[in-house]
Amino acid sequence: MAWAGLSPEEKRSERFKRWLSPPAVKFSSPQAGKLYKDRVTRFAKALQLQKPDRVPCILPAGLYAATYAGTNLHTVMYDYDEMKRAWLKLLHDFEADTYIPPALVPSGRALEAVDYKLYKWPGHGLSTNTLSYQAVEAEWMKPDEYDALINDPSDFWLRTYMPRVFGALKAFGQLPPLTSFEEIATMSFLSFGLPEVQAGFQALLEAGRETLRWAAVVGEVSQVALQAGYPGIMGGLAKAPFDTLGDTLRGTQGIMMDMFQRPDKLHAAMDRIAPLAIAGAINGVNAANVPVIFMPLHKGADTFMSRKQYETFYWPSFKKVVMALVNEGILPILFAEGSYNDRLDIIKELPRGAVAWYFDKTDIFRAKEVLGNTACIVGNVPTSLLMTGTPREVKEHCRKLIEVCGKGGGYILAAGANIDEGSPDNLRAMMEAVKEYGVYR
Amino acid sequence: MPESYVNLLADLKEDEVLKLTKKRIDSGEDPMKILEDSRKGMEIVGKRFADGEYFLPELVFSGELLKQVTAMVKPHMSGKATQVKKAGKVVIGTVAGDIHDIGLNIVDFMLDVNGFDVTNLGVDVPADKFVKAMKDTKAPVLGLSGFLTPAFDAMKETVEALEKAGIRKNVKIMIGGGQMDDEVRKYAKADAFGKDAMAAVSLAKKWIGVN
Repeated sequence: MAWAGLSPEEKRSERFKRWLSPPAVKFSSPQAGKLYKDRVTRFAKALQLQKPDRVPCILPAGLYAATYAGTNLHTVMYDYDEMKRAWLKLLHDFEADTYIPPALVPSGRALEAVDYKLYKWPGHGLSTNTLSYQAVEAEWMKPDEYDALINDPSDFWLRTYMPRVFGALKAFGQLPPLTSFEEIATMSFLSFGLPEVQAGFQALLEAGRETLRWAAVVGEVSQVALQAGYPGIMGGLAKAPFDTLGDTLRGTQGIMMDMFQRPDKLHAAMDRIAPLAIAGAINGVNAANVPVIFMPLHKGADTFMSRKQYETFYWPSFKKVVMALVNEGILPILFAEGSYNDRLDIIKELPRGAVAWYFDKTDIFRAKEVLGNTACIVGNVPTSLLMTGTPREVKEHCRKLIEVCGKGGGYILAAGANIDEGSPDNLRAMMEAVKEYGVYR
Repeated sequence: MPESYVNLLADLKEDEVLKLTKKRIDSGEDPMKILEDSRKGMEIVGKRFADGEYFLPELVFSGELLKQVTAMVKPHMSGKATQVKKAGKVVIGTVAGDIHDIGLNIVDFMLDVNGFDVTNLGVDVPADKFVKAMKDTKAPVLGLSGFLTPAFDAMKETVEALEKAGIRKNVKIMIGGGQMDDEVRKYAKADAFGKDAMAAVSLAKKWIGVN
C-alpha cells in the first residue's frame, strides 16, 4: 500500500520495523545483531508505553566523550581524527543501550569559514577549555521584519538573516530577490559579480568541503556503532516554532516584547514556521532511519511564561508540529528543559503512546502520576549529582526513579541534561541501576 | 493622578503610560516625581512577579516601558538627580565559560526593584573580575549565575579566588540558574543556592539585614 494511504499507527509500525532491521547495516557478529534488536525492542516498547525486558537507559553523553578520552571540545571540533578516537573510545568502554554519534559536535572549521555569529564555541568567543558551545541571543531579526519573514521565509533567510548570522555572507544582503530575475536576465546577474558577494559564495563552498570531510568521519563512527549493535535514538532534531523565533530570530527579550506589542504578527510567523519545521523534521528522520525525533523545548517552561501565555503563544503551534510528526508515524521525544510542573495537564491531551516526555527539573514522580498512562516518561537524574556525587549515590537515586517511574513500563532512565565532564563511574552506575533494579518480570 | 500613573505602569498599559508621561512633563511637573512614580510601578511589577501573577514577558515589557519613560523624562531633568536610597550592595554575574544571561537579568531586575544597588558584571566573568568588583564595591553579597554544567567548576574556582584574595569571609555568596542546585552549592562552597529570583532577594535581605 502506498505510504500516503497508511494510518498514523501503520506508519509508525513501518518505521519501527525499519529501525529494528536497518537494511544497509552489516553487523560485526551475530551476537551484535541480536544485541541491536534487543536494544531497539527495549526502547520501542518503553517509548510506546509497553513493558520491555528492562528499563532502557540513555547516558547523558552528548559531548562527554571528549573529556572522557582526555581531550576537549575545542580539539574535537577541529581535529576529526581526535573526534573519532574519543567517540569510539566511549562506544567501546560503555555497554550502553544506545549510542549518540558525534553529529552534535560541529566542525569548527566549517563554522569559521562562514564566520558564524549565532554561536560561540571553545577557542572562538569562549576560552579554549570551555566544554560547550553556546548560542548568542540577539535581535537577529528586527521587530519590523515580521512581514518579510511571513511573506517569503526563504528570501528572508537568504538576504536578511544569513547576512547577519554569517559574517562571511554579509554581502548577500545586496542580492536581488531570486524571484525578481528578469525574463531576459540582464541586470539580475549584476550583484553576483560583486567581489564581496563572490567571497561569500567562496566561504559557503569552503564550509561545504569541510563539512564533507567532517560528515565522512561522523558517518564512519555511526556505522561502527551500528555494526557493533548500538542503535541510535535520535532520528533528528526539531523545535517548537516559538523557540525558533525566540532562540534564533527575535531573542527572548524581543519575542516577549512581541507578545505585547505585535501578538498577531507573532502568531502569523509561528504558523508560517510550523510547516517548515515539520518538513525539515520528516526529512531528517527519513535519512536517519530512526523513527524518533528529539525536540528540545526552551521558552515555554514554568519560569518563562504564565500558563495562559503558554496556552496562547507556545502550545498551539508546538502541538501542530508534534501532531504532524505523529501522523507521519514519527515518535517525538519532547525534552522539557527547566520545569514543566504547571504544564502537565495541558500536555496530557496528546494521544496515548504518541510521544515521550523527557523531563529535566520537573517533579518526575508527579509527572508519572499525571502522564503515566498516556506518554512514556524519560529522565531525570540531576546533572549535579552525576558530576559531584558518588557512584553509590547515583545508583540509589536511579533505583528510586526506576521504582516509581518504571512501574508498568513506559519509562527510560536518563539524566536531566547532558554532562560534559565527571566520573565515568557515575555513568556506569546508571547502567548498573537499570540492570539491577530495572528488570521486568 | 500619581497613584493611577503608578497603577497604569504596573498594569503595563503602554499607550496610557506614555500619554500620561507626556502630559505630566508638559504641565511642568518635577521630572523626579515622575521617575519616583515609575519606580513605584516597577515595585508592584516585581511584587506581582514574586506572587506568580507576572512572568518573564511582563518583566521584559515593564523594563521597556521604564526605558521609554526615562528617555522622555531625562531631557527635562536639571542634572542633580537625587540618589534613591538603596538597601545595600550586591554584585552579580554569570561565571566564566557561560554566556547565559536571562536568569541573571531577572535577578538584577528583582534586586533592583527591591531597593538593592546592583552591580551586574554580565556574562562569562572570570574569577579575578569578581574579586576586583567585590574589592571595589565592598558589597557584602555576591550572586553567581550559571546555566550549564561547566559552570559548576567555574563557580568553585570563583569562590576559591575570593578565598585566595582574603575576602571570602566578608562576602556571602549565592548561586542559581539552569543546572544549579544545593549539591552544586556544596561543591562550589557557596553559602546558599536560590531556586529563583525571589530567593535571591530574600537571601540578600537576610544577609544584609533589611526587611
